[in-house]
Amino acid sequence: MSLAQHLPALQVVLPLISAPLAVLLRRGGLAFVIVTSAAWTAFAIAITLWLQVDTGGTISYHIGNWEPPWGIEYRIDRLNSFVLVLVSGMAAVVLPYSRASIEREIPRESHYLFYAMLGLCFTGLLGITITGDAFNLFVFLEISSLSTYVLIALGRDRRALTASYQYLIMGSIGATFIVIAIGFLYLMTGTLNLADMANNLSAIKSTRPVLVALAFFTVGVSLKAALFPLHQWLPNAYTYAPSAVTALLAATATKVSLYALIRFYFTIFGDSLVFDKLPLPEIMLLLSLFAMFVANFVAIFQTNLKRLFAYSSVGQIGYITLGLSFDSVHGLAASIMHLFNHGIAKGGIFLLVGGIVATLTTRQGIPPAPTFERLAGLAKQMPITCFGIVIGGLSLIGVPGTAGFISKWYLILAAMEKGQWWLVGAILLSSLLAIAYVWRFVEVAYFRAQPVDQVSRGEASLSLLIPAWLLITATIWFGFDTSFTVGSALDAAHQLMRSAR
Amino acid sequence: MVGHFFYIITVFLMIAGLFIIIARGNLIKKLVGLSIFQTSVYMLYIVPGKLVGGTAPILSSQYTLYSNPLPHVLILTAIVVGVATLALGLALAVRIREAYGSIEEDEILARDHAVRATEAAKEEYA
Repeated sequence: MSLAQHLPALQVVLPLISAPLAVLLRRGGLAFVIVTSAAWTAFAIAITLWLQVDTGGTISYHIGNWEPPWGIEYRIDRLNSFVLVLVSGMAAVVLPYSRASIEREIPRESHYLFYAMLGLCFTGLLGITITGDAFNLFVFLEISSLSTYVLIALGRDRRALTASYQYLIMGSIGATFIVIAIGFLYLMTGTLNLADMANNLSAIKSTRPVLVALAFFTVGVSLKAALFPLHQWLPNAYTYAPSAVTALLAATATKVSLYALIRFYFTIFGDSLVFDKLPLPEIMLLLSLFAMFVANFVAIFQTNLKRLFAYSSVGQIGYITLGLSFDSVHGLAASIMHLFNHGIAKGGIFLLVGGIVATLTTRQGIPPAPTFERLAGLAKQMPITCFGIVIGGLSLIGVPGTAGFISKWYLILAAMEKGQWWLVGAILLSSLLAIAYVWRFVEVAYFRAQPVDQVSRGEASLSLLIPAWLLITATIWFGFDTSFTVGSALDAAHQLMRSAR
Repeated sequence: MVGHFFYIITVFLMIAGLFIIIARGNLIKKLVGLSIFQTSVYMLYIVPGKLVGGTAPILSSQYTLYSNPLPHVLILTAIVVGVATLALGLALAVRIREAYGSIEEDEILARDHAVRATEAAKEEYA
């Protein structure tokens, strides 16, 4: 057997091994090299897998050569090959950034632990995405969640501890709900393999345990994905976590949970159960609208830049679930696209905000919160950073020429297909709210005078700017060249809808 | 009724655990609730896998009745996850106690509000 055949396993195993290695080496620099090279290799593997799926179709990998449904199967199709590229790509960008970023945020002696946790975190996220086994999914979910709690608690503000604790309670409840759902599904079908489960379920779809499983799964995953109104943990967690962690979480953690939701709805339960027999589309539509309007509205009144963009994330998740609620190829494709487009835009923004926090911090000092008073007149001192945030903000609004426009365009297309014209209006109206909160930043940074007593600051260091601008450039790139995002998303949506029928 | 006895216990533990998490403000008590909640799920898996009089799945002509081993294995994993979650939660509670001097949720919130109020007052004064 050649090495190339084992790429699906290596995708998860390499980052998984890098974490304990980082702990054993106990040296910040070595740990950084190990975890970063694991992340880059994982990114290369994800791209290779995407190409393989693109030409050769779905890949099924049997762990330890045990035939599914007895053994654990890694199954890579159009949807998860796309999500794998997002997760591993974000890890590959955030890791080089984190080296300079944690210098002032985390005590030097625990740097190697930070890298180990970051390695475990994206191992878990990659595992959730790649696995074709229900219980394996739960185990990877817990690997990523537990390491995420630790990463958030590493923030210097003491409120990071309470944020982490709150997330631990909410996240564990969510994960336990997911295990309950998987338990019911296992009781009914006698298998844990997702594909096998889907086969066995088709005869007993409307039985009560299956409906209970659907309910538990929906609520559990919604907690992890911060779907409105289960988003309470998210603003604090994003605000007080170290900058690099915020960027990684915002770009990948909630997105992977939403991936799990799509996977279970369309591959396992099938959309005839989820969307035709139950009032789930209506509920989801309502909650999505609440997320789009309430969260975006709340974002306008935040005084902390990180918290503002955290609420904006809750709002953007609303667009993703809105696409799901249409139950059409275009709606689903819009959701999958927005996973990616929002991930890179928000990741880039949080990396740039991290650059601002780093320049605000004096050596050995506790990083101050990036409140608007501290940001007044910032554009004169940090023009490149501020310009990047504005471009990221334009993508959040959905201005043509940015990636955010593409996914909103498909969302509007899906709404028009359904004849829901008022929804087109709602999408545009909620985008106006996004303009308002992005404008607040523009107003403070570009038009307000710099406080007199403030020490003049320079631009963030290049090691912080380059990774952030990679993502911002990607946001513009995918606004023009949509063959990768739109192509993958449409293919994935077609594949899912075919399997769901 | 008797056949459902263990399921009733499972559901009772589940609700009791969730209730403690929601109703108690003490961080340690919340973790106790979380543990009870997670333990109820262990029951949910184990109970259907156990057959009265069933043995471990050993191939032998003497035994024909087997308990399903898979749920036991799965729950072994879930127990490990539960222990890790509890340990991390307790560690966080210790850190919170060091930073705030309290593990009561309302006192922690009050202290955060107090800090925010003095910060705002300072900025106004400046």
